[in-house]
Amino acid sequence: MLQIKNLHAGVEETDILKGINLEVKAGEVHAIMGPNGSGKSTLASVIAGKEEFDVTQGNIYFESEDIAELAPEERAHKGIFLSFQYPVEIPGVSVTNFIKTAINENRKAKGLEDMPANEMLKMIREKAEMFEMDRKFLSRSLNEGFSGGEKKRNEIFQLAMLDPKLAILDETDSGLDIDALRVVANGVNKLKSNKNAIVVITHYQRLLDHIVPDFVHVLMDGKIVKTGTKELAYELEERGYDWIKEEAKAV
Amino acid sequence: MSLKDKLVSSYLAFEDYIDADSHIHEIRNKAIKTFENSGFPTKKEEAWKYTSLNSIIKEDYCIFPKKENTVEFKEVKKYFLHEIDTYKIVFIDGVYNSFLSETTHDKVDVCLMSSALSKPKYKAVVENYFNKIAKDDSLTSLNTAFAKEGAYIFIPKHREVEKPIEIINFATGNEAALLLQPRNLIVVEENAHVQIIERHQSLTGNAVFTNSVTEIFAEKNSSVDFYKVQNDNNGASLIDNTFISQKDGSNVSVHTFSFGGKLIRNNLNFYQKGEHVNSTLKGITIIEDKQHVDHNTLVNHIEPNCESHQDYKGIFAGNSTGVFNGRIIVEKEAQKTDAFQQNNNILIDDKATINSKPQLEIFADDVKCSHGCTIGQLDEEAMFYLQTRGIRKKEAQALLMYAFASNVLESVKIPELKARITKLIAKKIGVNLGFNL
Ligand SMILES: Nc1ncnc2c1ncn2[C@@H]1O[C@H](COP(=O)(O)OP(=O)(O)O)[C@@H](O)[C@H]1O
Ligand SMILES: [Mg+2]
Repeated sequence: MLQIKNLHAGVEETDILKGINLEVKAGEVHAIMGPNGSGKSTLASVIAGKEEFDVTQGNIYFESEDIAELAPEERAHKGIFLSFQYPVEIPGVSVTNFIKTAINENRKAKGLEDMPANEMLKMIREKAEMFEMDRKFLSRSLNEGFSGGEKKRNEIFQLAMLDPKLAILDETDSGLDIDALRVVANGVNKLKSNKNAIVVITHYQRLLDHIVPDFVHVLMDGKIVKTGTKELAYELEERGYDWIKEEAKAV
Repeated sequence: MSLKDKLVSSYLAFEDYIDADSHIHEIRNKAIKTFENSGFPTKKEEAWKYTSLNSIIKEDYCIFPKKENTVEFKEVKKYFLHEIDTYKIVFIDGVYNSFLSETTHDKVDVCLMSSALSKPKYKAVVENYFNKIAKDDSLTSLNTAFAKEGAYIFIPKHREVEKPIEIINFATGNEAALLLQPRNLIVVEENAHVQIIERHQSLTGNAVFTNSVTEIFAEKNSSVDFYKVQNDNNGASLIDNTFISQKDGSNVSVHTFSFGGKLIRNNLNFYQKGEHVNSTLKGITIIEDKQHVDHNTLVNHIEPNCESHQDYKGIFAGNSTGVFNGRIIVEKEAQKTDAFQQNNNILIDDKATINSKPQLEIFADDVKCSHGCTIGQLDEEAMFYLQTRGIRKKEAQALLMYAFASNVLESVKIPELKARITKLIAKKIGVNLGFNL
């Protein structure tokens, strides 16, 4: 589904990603771990099409198509979704109106009519319930004054509404308490199928107890320095990242 | 002949048949002299530095249309707030149109300036209020000299007008170029309440130059909500001179929605002549092409314990130009004043410009005064966020522009008007916001 080959990207003079290779197949869950500032969010943003970053080398293929030239919304229409580490506050636009707009924009891109209002409402209610969000929440301005946990829950609500092929969750677990984490993780698991894929960016093992990864990658200084299975996540939790740094140096 | 000369000489003919021997006639004579001495303002004057009337006053305007023009209701229905019941005072090319209007004399007066100026029963009110708060600058004076028609609204003590009042000035375009000078007088007595919507609408692209003057007197504990909808054709220019006098405990809000027209200048003046007065000035400006909108506000805090809130948002595309000049005067006696002013702007295109200038003149020592002004572009991170949800760039821009302007809409107290303005904004931005409000 997603193939990243020798990806180099950065801003102006600084390289942030320095040769990333990654392949994610349908039905798989990948975890990306790594110290702060190693380039995890940058990788997520580059996949989603953020123009601020220049791709200087390498390619990103989504379903065998090179997506380098596609705008973020075109990538979204193809089925790429990014749950933001820091969701943006947009006053004056309610969660409901925002998601309606997003859904209908995606439908328009596929040549479909707007979703009938009652169908939309039903779907919104259903998904909101799934993440234990109350009605009042839906009429509030998007992310404005939301707690960290509410913002993340709202991201996953959008994920559920848009039902993408590839979901990239950037530190969705930070700011969530144990109960919220369980609710969110259960929701994500319900959405999982053999047709879609999930990339989970996290610092902590605890999310991976709920969303179990097939592969764990360690990103350091813009490169994937180690790939393993879910056991690697336990090891990282226990031993930190220094030993990997040493290992990488030795190679 | 220059427009100024034409006006001055027309006045000689005009004064022959209007209110000779009344005190108003003296006011007119004085006003035309003021105009004759100062002429149209030029960019040399500090207050007109960024707004030039040159391209407007060069037209050869018809000053007194010869025949009465009419329009079909179905042609102009969309300009009315027809979803709800309203009083309506409608003028076509400056002439009152009874067919489209709905006036009243039942407990309140919602009628015509021409009646007020000529009928004995209004004499006392007119003597008390007419031209009592209007300044004697050249454009206001020009209007005063020719003041003849407009809206006259009188709300007696303790009355709450049960439905909004619409004042609509249509220009048919039957004249190649038309000068209009509506004159409105609004008196809201103690404890009374009224909501007013004002609109100038030309029905063709022909040149229309409106120089309007509105005087509003808000007596003790009264409340007035005034909404100005400025979404005119590109041939139409408007100079709106509004003067508001507020007494103890009164609440007056003026919302100005400027979405179209060739040139708009809003001279909005508040005089707080009592304690515990609250004044609200809000505006949304969204313009493009070569359109020009200039907000020139004055809040004069004269008495202690009063508040004023100004919040103006501007979105400028194309070669459009904006001006915000917000003057706040806090006089020596006006202790405990709380004055707030905010002006935020977004420039969509490189060629659009905005000149924003707060002017604070504070002579009292115990006051709270804050002001802020920003000029920027749309937030890139927010754009990216919306785009990752599949929202196209143009629609995302629109959503952010709407978000930017929306808090000004929150204080609009007529839901149907709020919905209407929202739609106008959506249309103006050229997108379907995709949601019902
Ligand atoms: N827009 C930017 N401009 C300059 N440097 C950036 C920008 N975005 C990220 N960086 C830098 O790139 C590095 C990786 O950042 P990021 O991808 O956010 O790391 P992570 O998500 O792994 O914590 C950091 O050193 C960060 O300072
Ligand atoms: Mg990050």
